[in-house]
Amino acid sequence: MWARRLRWTGPGGLGAEELRVRRREREAALRKARREQHLVSKRLLREETEAEDGAGMVPEPLSEAEVLELLRGMQRGSEERKRSLKQLHRALRNKETQQKFVRLDGSIRTLLGVFTSPLADIQMEAAHCLHELSHSSDPAVAEACLPATPYLLTYLSGHSVEFMELCLYTLGNLVVESEAVRKQLLPQGIIPVLASCIQSPHQAVLEALGYALSQLLQAKEAPTEIIPLVLDSPLPQHMLQLVCSGLKTGTGAAVEFAWCLHYIICSHTATRSLLSLGALPALTSLLLHLASEIPPNPPEGLELLVCPVLRCLSNLLAEQGFCCQNQVLDQRLLVALFLILQSFLQHHPFMAQECLCLLNNLTADEPFFCSALLSLDLLPALLQLLSSSQMVRVLVLTVLCNVAVQGAGHCRELLRALPLLLSLLLPLLALPGDTQVLGQGLELLHLLFLHCPEPPLPWHRLLLTSSGRVGTRSWSSTRASQSCRRGQEHCWKCSGSPQEPLPALPAPPHSLPSPRPLHLPSLLPP
Amino acid sequence: MLPLPPGLHRYLREESAPLPAPPALVPVPVSVAPPFSFVPRRLRLGLHHPLLEDGDVHRHLYLQGVLAGVSEVAERPKVSEFSCHISGCCQVFDTLEGFEHHYNTLHRNVCSYCKRSFPSGHLLDIHILEWHDSLFQIMAEKQNMYKCLVEGCTEKFKSSKDRKDHLVTIHLYPANFRFDKPKKVKRIPSTICFGQGATRGFKGPRKKV
Repeated sequence: MWARRLRWTGPGGLGAEELRVRRREREAALRKARREQHLVSKRLLREETEAEDGAGMVPEPLSEAEVLELLRGMQRGSEERKRSLKQLHRALRNKETQQKFVRLDGSIRTLLGVFTSPLADIQMEAAHCLHELSHSSDPAVAEACLPATPYLLTYLSGHSVEFMELCLYTLGNLVVESEAVRKQLLPQGIIPVLASCIQSPHQAVLEALGYALSQLLQAKEAPTEIIPLVLDSPLPQHMLQLVCSGLKTGTGAAVEFAWCLHYIICSHTATRSLLSLGALPALTSLLLHLASEIPPNPPEGLELLVCPVLRCLSNLLAEQGFCCQNQVLDQRLLVALFLILQSFLQHHPFMAQECLCLLNNLTADEPFFCSALLSLDLLPALLQLLSSSQMVRVLVLTVLCNVAVQGAGHCRELLRALPLLLSLLLPLLALPGDTQVLGQGLELLHLLFLHCPEPPLPWHRLLLTSSGRVGTRSWSSTRASQSCRRGQEHCWKCSGSPQEPLPALPAPPHSLPSPRPLHLPSLLPP
Repeated sequence: MLPLPPGLHRYLREESAPLPAPPALVPVPVSVAPPFSFVPRRLRLGLHHPLLEDGDVHRHLYLQGVLAGVSEVAERPKVSEFSCHISGCCQVFDTLEGFEHHYNTLHRNVCSYCKRSFPSGHLLDIHILEWHDSLFQIMAEKQNMYKCLVEGCTEKFKSSKDRKDHLVTIHLYPANFRFDKPKKVKRIPSTICFGQGATRGFKGPRKKV
């Protein structure tokens, strides 16, 4: 007979539609929190026995008298103490009960008394109670747990895997919410303790540790107060090693440490340290390995590892470039990127912008990757992404501009895909309101005109017509209208056509003209 | 589906699969004139960059338990009931992990002199040194011997009180930290009689009556 652990945080018993609604609500709340730069989430660890116990339901709040009775029960003999702790553990799923408990005089002191008990099962129940409190959405409840921090750290020296896991998740929940907790934990030595724990052979402990560290690294004071301490410890080399070996040893831990590395690299203070540890070649190899092993339908959750790895590589390249990093000039990186895109695009469209940020950083001012993009015949796939979201379109056009800006040779290669490019690009330029796509698209066309002054005739007339319509539609953008005019002038010069008077730009309308569909003749080969 | 060229995987899987050589295209820098302004530049994305929003939201949905992860669910084997093998301990278990926790809490870091148990080897070592090492007190009169309890802090102090002050002021520990109890001085119970004329206690010179 086997007992299983679960990481389960939401209410059970919901139907598929209810789950979808819940997810949409959560997503909207998370987006709002992110835009306010207050994105905070916590993890809750519960056991399967609790699931059987109807852990999906949040119990009704206890009265103050009932909470007091449980508190008194914890101070009595061991059987009653254990019973009271179990009841308290369940009751603390309710936010009101949490608030009542922490307000009771001596409650945390009593709880810590049982938490430091030499009786393992009592200690474990007390740990679960602390964990429930740490998960509270009320910051005052988390701060009430401040006295627990030195004990949580002390017990990370090695008890059972389950106990250490619980202590680490509790610490992670406490640090993300409260600056007061972080201000206390740093002098209490959390970084050296985590540096010791990272040598644990247990994947569950490593994953919990990664979670706790990732929460610490998201603090607003992390770049100045926390990351320097982390960089001075053995943590970074272990993190890098655990991320890179994650596919073999434990993906859960690798995910957490990959996010840790992302937060560290985003601080822009750690580049030199991480590069000296070989982060760039290590993460590059990991990406190649991931792409080579990734099945057509990757398992759910793999994107949680790939996403931060892409970001780490992208930001490291942005800081360091390719100077003295010849081993990164590997065309297979482009192959890996597009294979990853292919695998994730359908179910996780956000991976497109993650991949394209890296692609931009590979191709920006780097002729090698611009040429490789063409020689590997990846252009059609890149162009196909023009039918994705606005953010993705801007990135695709930026990458194409990176290639075009290299000069005539690159532009001529781009022009081989001209029918496809135009069929996808021109409708976008005609869309109202999207000035970023319009601007970037016109930059691309301008670069093509600039470097290839003798464009094939069949398309430049089309461009004249199209650009005129684009100018009308988006005339409110000065650059757009001027670029269309320049485009027209350029085409006239190139084609050698008789100088016809250019149509005057329309006078400002009181309202924008209603969009008309752009009719393009079929440019694609039969 | 993206229109990728067939056989791309082999470039990653086969060491010997030759990649097509990129065309030898010579970059020709040309300056752009206004209103065109494109210059290639690498993106340095900070934590709150809008491009990272979707990925961050996805990560947090996972943390909140809305999405599945890839970590394997650890299975804890249940075995037939067995009792702790330490003499005098009658605790019974039905999981190995339960036994591991019990053993580490109660039996692992135990002082062989006074049988007190400690949560870590570090605290046990400090206890043995300060409570049961006869040389310690002698050396403590000449140099700072009381080690800080925080692992990684190398400070030493003249007395346990100085150490406590350090723990409280520098490491923000509570003054009543349960694993920092000062050594108790043994008192002789009043029921002990050492005979007529004897002075009480083992310390200090005899007082002549």
